Amino acid sequence: MPMDAGEIERLIKARIPDAEVTIRDLVGDGDHYAATVISPSFRGKSRVQQHQLVYEALREQMGGALHALALQTGVPEA
Amino acid sequence: MGIEQFIDNEVKANDIVLFMKGTPQQPMCGFSGQIVQILDYLGVPYKGLNVLDSDELRQGVKVYSNWPTVPQLYVKGEFVGGCDIVREMFQANELQQLLKDKGIPVKAAAQA
Repeated sequence: MPMDAGEIERLIKARIPDAEVTIRDLVGDGDHYAATVISPSFRGKSRVQQHQLVYEALREQMGGALHALALQTGVPEA
Repeated sequence: MGIEQFIDNEVKANDIVLFMKGTPQQPMCGFSGQIVQILDYLGVPYKGLNVLDSDELRQGVKVYSNWPTVPQLYVKGEFVGGCDIVREMFQANELQQLLKDKGIPVKAAAQA
């Protein structure tokens, strides 16, 4: 079941309010997305921890409604 | 032995463990295949565990790592990440450094 990109962004921002979220629909089927999430709250966290925060935000959707999400995270440039 | 104990034993008994869909010889998923390619390129030995063989393993490893997707890469008992993180680290030469820091030699040709 496809999922709207705006909904993904909304869920991420609900969990990480200061996040800057960029989402690309990779193949145009509403099912394979690439997301870049930049947030000051990621500072000092490992990549695994950063991704886990995003996955937490998308908890019910991952692997279900959301089939594939390529994820890149980072902190804002100083 | 419970699945958690099984996973715990595997990641501690082997220097590098890849939980994946399919086998290193025949990956059944593009994301799993990407990590296989990276590990093969680096010439490091690793153990592949096929989650498609066991639904218990497939669910168990997600809980064990608190990570919702497969593949998952472990080095010396430590969860390194899924496909995106491993690829990013490889491209930044961080994966090579991590392996070296953990005492696992990588091929000289792999130095970017």
